[in-house]
Formats: sequence, C-alpha cells, structure tokens
Amino acid sequence: MAQPSSCAQSSNGVADESPNMLVYRKMEDIIARMQDEKNGIPIRTVKSFLSKIPSVFSGSDIVQWMQKNLNIEDQVEALHLGTLMAAHGYFFPISDHVLTLKEDGTFYRFQTPYFWPSNCWEPENTDYAVYLCKRTMQNKARLELADLCAESLARLQRAFARKWEFIFMQAEAQAKVDKKRDKIERKILDSQERAFWDVHRPVPGCVNTTEADIKKSSRMKQPHKTRKSVYGLQNDIRSHSPTHTVTPEVKEPTEDELHDQIQHCQEQLDRHRLKMSKVAESLLSFAEQYLEYDPFFTTPEPSNPWISDDVTSWELEACKEAGQQRVKRWAFCFDEVMKDPVGREQFLKFLESEFSSENLRFWLAVQELKKRPIREVPTRVQEIWEEFLAPGAPSAINVDSRSYDKTTQNIKDPGRYAFQDAQEHIYKLMKSDSYSRFIRSSAYQELLQAKKKVQPQNRPRHTHASLC
Amino acid sequence: MACQGLAKGETTNTLKAESESLKAKLEEERAKLHDVELHQVAEKIDALGQFVMKTRRTLKGHGNKVLCMDWCRDKRRIVSSSQDGKVIVWDAYTTNKEHAVTMPCTWVMACAYAPSGCAVACGGLDNKCSVYPLSLDKNENLAAKKKSVAMHTNYLSSCSFTNSDMQILTSSGDGTCALWDVESGQLLQSFHGHSADVLSLDLAPSETGNTFVSGGCDKKANVWDMRSGQNVQSFETHESDINNVKYYPSGDAFATGSDDATCRLYDLRADREVAIYSKDSIIFGASSVDFSLSGRLLFAGYNDYTINVWDVLKGTRVAILFGHENRVSTVRVSPDGTAFCSGSWDNTLRIWA
Repeated sequence: MAQPSSCAQSSNGVADESPNMLVYRKMEDIIARMQDEKNGIPIRTVKSFLSKIPSVFSGSDIVQWMQKNLNIEDQVEALHLGTLMAAHGYFFPISDHVLTLKEDGTFYRFQTPYFWPSNCWEPENTDYAVYLCKRTMQNKARLELADLCAESLARLQRAFARKWEFIFMQAEAQAKVDKKRDKIERKILDSQERAFWDVHRPVPGCVNTTEADIKKSSRMKQPHKTRKSVYGLQNDIRSHSPTHTVTPEVKEPTEDELHDQIQHCQEQLDRHRLKMSKVAESLLSFAEQYLEYDPFFTTPEPSNPWISDDVTSWELEACKEAGQQRVKRWAFCFDEVMKDPVGREQFLKFLESEFSSENLRFWLAVQELKKRPIREVPTRVQEIWEEFLAPGAPSAINVDSRSYDKTTQNIKDPGRYAFQDAQEHIYKLMKSDSYSRFIRSSAYQELLQAKKKVQPQNRPRHTHASLC
Repeated sequence: MACQGLAKGETTNTLKAESESLKAKLEEERAKLHDVELHQVAEKIDALGQFVMKTRRTLKGHGNKVLCMDWCRDKRRIVSSSQDGKVIVWDAYTTNKEHAVTMPCTWVMACAYAPSGCAVACGGLDNKCSVYPLSLDKNENLAAKKKSVAMHTNYLSSCSFTNSDMQILTSSGDGTCALWDVESGQLLQSFHGHSADVLSLDLAPSETGNTFVSGGCDKKANVWDMRSGQNVQSFETHESDINNVKYYPSGDAFATGSDDATCRLYDLRADREVAIYSKDSIIFGASSVDFSLSGRLLFAGYNDYTINVWDVLKGTRVAILFGHENRVSTVRVSPDGTAFCSGSWDNTLRIWA
C-alpha cells in the first residue's frame, strides 16, 4: 500500500506535466488564492438551530470573489468556472450531492487536499463499499443513506458477497477512528469524504469529471495508482499530502535523430522571412477583402439557411450562374479563378480565344492525375506526355528546358509527381501572363458588371444522389 | 568496451549541444524581424460588434461521447463518430440520420467525408483508417463494403481526404503521419519527425497546395511537403499538447488549440508565432479550432464545455457560447461558412449560426 509521498516528483516541475495535471495545478492555484487569509473568501461558522455549521462560505461569496480576482466580467462565466471547480471536487455544497455552484446563500466548503483530483485517485468499488457500509454504522439521521446510496450498497453487497466480512471490518475500523474525533472536525471530514465520492461515483445525470481522454491516459499511468486504497491507511490519513506530478517517459533522442534535428535547423536558418509588419498587413487585408463573403459578417442572399430555414441561397449557388459577387472574387488572386469551376470555365474560354488553352488543359490534366488511384498513374502519365509534351504533341505546351529535361527523366519511372516541375512552370506562366489579361478582358469585365449572364452548362444538380 | 561507450556518450552530448545552439540561433533570427505585434497593427481596424450566435440544430443519436465530425461539400451533410463505435451520417439541416455504421472498436477518434460525398473514412483505437462507400440503398449493410486503407501501430487520431476520393492523409498515436492510396491501401508517403503522438492534421487550402500541417503531444506544429515527406517548417511554443491545427483561409498561417488553455496563430512567412488567444479565466485545454471564411474569427472548443469566439487580428474574445454539457471535442465551420458544428462528450452535436 503506497503512501502518497512515494509518488515521483518531476524534476522539471511544471513543464513536463501531463495535460490533466496542468489543469488541476491551475485550479489549485485559484483555490490557494481563495483560501488566502487576507484576500481570500471569508470562511465562517454559522449558527443553526442547536448546532453550528463550521467552515463555510456562500455561493455568492465565491462568485463575487471570482469576478473581482480573476478578471471575469460576466457573472455567467464566473458561475460556469465555479461549477467546474465544484464538479472536480475542489469545493462543494454541504447539503447536496449534485456538485454545482449557485449564486445564492447556499453553503459551500473547501475540499481537503488529500482528496484533490491531482492525487489521481481511481478508487475501487471495495473502497466505495467500505464507505457506504461505514455510513450505515454512523447513527445520525442527517447521514442516513439516500435512496441512491442504499441501492449502491445493496448492489455492492451482492457483488462482494465473499469479501463482505473484510469490508465490514474495514468499515468498523474506520467508524471507530471517526468516533474519536472532535464533533466539529467530524462534521467537516464527513462532508469532505461525501464530496469525494460525489466526484468519483457521481449521481446519474451529473458529469463524471474523472473520465479521461484515452489519448492522454497512457501518460498518466503510475504503478501505485490503481492499488492506492482510500481507507487502507493509518489514522493520519487526512493530513496534507503533497500533490505529486507525473514524470512522462521522455524519449532520449538517438544520434540519427540529433543529426536530423541539426540539419533541419540549418535548413531553417537559410529561410527567407518576412517582417512582422508586412505579414500583419497581409493578414489584415485578406480578412478585409473576404469579409463580404463571410456569412458571419455579411448575410448571404437572400438569407442564411440555418437561421431562416430557407435553402434558396444554396439553390442559387448550385445553379451555376455566377453572380457579380462571385465573379468579383476571381480578381483577388489567380488561385480564386482556379478554385471556382465556373471561373476555370471562363478562363479556359478566354485562353481559347488567345490560342493558349493547352496550358490550362495541361495543368488540369496533371491535377487530375494526382487524384487517380496509383494503379492508373503510369498510363495517365503516358497519355499526358503524348498529348502535351512529346515531340509532335497535338497540344504542345512551352516549358523551359530544365523542366522539360527533368520531365523526360521522370516519365521513365512514372509517379504522381512526374510533371511537377512542368506544372509549376505553367502555373507561373498563366499567373503572370494570361491571368492579368483575363481580368482586364472585356469578357470578364462584362461578367463583372453583370451585363452578360454566364451560360450554365448542362451539369447535374448537386444533390446527394447525383454526386456519385 | 567502456571507452567506446564513453566516446558515444560524448558524441551524443556534443550533438545535443550543437542542436540546442542552432535552435537558439534560429529563435534569434526569427526575433530579428519581429518589429511589431499583430494586435498593434490591428488597432487601426474597427472592433467587432456583438454577435448573435445560437444553436440552430441539435443532433441527438449518439450513445456516447462525440469525438469527431466532418462536413460534406454539399454544405449540409455531416459525418460524426463516437466513443460507442458508431459513425453516423446526418443531413444536419433536417437533423435526419441517413446512414449509420458500427465500427468493430470503441473510441472512433477520426472521421472524414470524401470530396465526392460518396464515402466516409473513419478509425481510432483499431489503429486503422477504413473507407465506407455510402450506398443510396438505405437497407444495404455499409459494413459489408468496408475497405481498410491505413495501418498504423497506434491509434488513429485524425484523417482527411486530399482533393480526391483516392487519397487519405492520416495521423496517429504512433508519432507519424501517412498518405495512402485508397484503392490499393498502398502507403504513398510517410512523415516522420514528431517525437510523440500526432493528434491532428490539416491540408493547405491552396489549389497548388502540396503541404499540410500537423500538431502533437510533443508540443510541436510541423509543416510537411507531401511529395518529399520532408518537414519544411517547425514551431514549438506551446506548453502542452497541441490538440488541433487548422490553416488560415489564405494558407499563409495556421491556428492551434492546446491543453495549455491557449490557441495560437503561426505565420509561415514570418516563420513564427504571431498571436496568442488566452484569458486568465480559461484554464481548460482547447480541443478544437476553426476559422470563419474570412479568417477574421476563430472558433475554439474547450474542455470546460464552452466555445470561445476570438477576433483573430485583435486577439480579443468576442463571444463565449454555452450549451454543451460536457467537453467540446470538435469544432468545424461548414464549407460555405454559413455555420459551424460542434461535437461534445455530452453525446450531441450542435449547429451554430
């Protein structure tokens, strides 16, 4: 049975913590500030009927403190964060199994660090059985088992029928220890223990905050965790225990990996970088240019289907008539023309008028090549070569000699990137040459002024069935 | 031999020292061009007004945590996957379920819609990525036509079709990314460089694009050349796992969401981190991020059950969206930007506009 102090402390401290620990650490920092004598939440003992309610504070106290000390403007946000901290068990309502934060006079109490989630408890059902059993021995009306707990106890009794004697003995031992405590201390500890179980055995309908993301759980494995029993320890179990950190497996890089890293850094050092001011201007102007196309800023015509329950704007989009707004986009940059099927159609028409359409057709054919299954690639490469690049090709394109030589080499062992150099060259050519003329052409200008409508081609409507 | 061991230890140490000093030099070079902050330049543009963003549809039907979703190019259909092993195709507009597949494993962490709209890909704890053609016949058993494409040695964290139904890009807990030919299942290219689980990837939006970015548990975001398999750029400023990466619509930058409770923007031309989106009151990790069409807004889903909407240029938060009752695991904007969808551990998906 492992003591908490046997947990490994990470030598790096915060930096190497697993994701869950990171969050627990942050919540615990907030708790520490809440418990600060000077600037924290005022904790008091409240007199009620014949007894005292020790060590409590109200829901409103918490919310006010959070708004003041955590830079939270909105009350709703403060309530939400507070509810999360309660759901993780850092403080709890003293009279409710449901761990939420309400902004009223409801009383709350802090959880003892022993029960904090950062201790990575994964208490077994045997522990839960000991707890419930113990509760039946404590003869107080206030602590009578709620229906749910009674059901759980019955279920566990059946499940652990053989072990029950042992469980009963543990429960008795625990109850004995508890009896020796001071009445006030017992009240506090009982409530904290109950809150611990509310986190680990939540009431149905409540979020189980101990559920982990399976992708991260492998890094939280500690050999002692699953064997750590809540009740197997001696009398001083409730003393403050250091929260342990997880030392994740740090893979030492191999010599090869280090060589790779060094090479990578050297290559990066040679990179040409832009000044931040230039980059910022570019990001700003892009956002500005596209703001009118962003439905979160400019309502689509005639309406946003999700809001109005009217799909007209989608139908308009699908009918292939390029409206003014859509045509305007093609002038933003060459990529915009190439992205839009109607844009490509119009650009192709324009190139045909200039007798240079083979460039675009080549580019499109290579794009299509890259989308084919690998099995079809060698044949397609041959076809493209014959059509566009071979001596006497019917749609001969003009590429620089370097690209041509490279391509000639590539097609001997044809892969998806056989035409990469040629394609890049042709793209640059179209972008720097034909594209600017296209934008200035009367054909484009007329479309832009919506004088002439784009002739919709015979394409099927974009419904689910006809996409296949 | 003892002295050989000593020599090897020394070589590793000298290599390490060299690597460290080069990294420091790289940071120096990057810092030299840092003449201004993005939010400072953004002071000259107007602040954004109040947004009204509400849940417009709620999709109920998964029996356990929703882990991933993807939009169909038709702007209204989505595919979602869950811890209970189910993958569901919905018409999100009508909220009708159109197809459902039960995977042989639990925790289906990744799913993607094919560009044609005729197939979906998914995978998770089975270490594989499988493609299911979507049949028009509702009675047909989709599982019968299943095609296993990718094989990793650890869980599949993310998958995405390239521009075509014929290739899939995957990322895995085994620390690698890979490009696969769907028809044959052949590995076309693998990408090595992460030193821990890779959790997310995103393809560059350009028509000529041949790159993608990935993020992982080694806190690094790497940009890759799909043709050569080379890591062409690398960023390491997060303090914990990077859960999600997404390109800025221009393709010149990308955003990340991390367990350190921040989202960050990295610009490829400046070769550095250019913005951090964080608040004192946000202490839970960001699981998923996506941009609005113009790139002005960043929607981020968090493990504290909320979605925060950030002004990308000014760095401020413009809205916080409540509604989900457990962690938000995935957030994606629709192809035409009219809405975004969020999936959560509360078993539901929501469409927001």
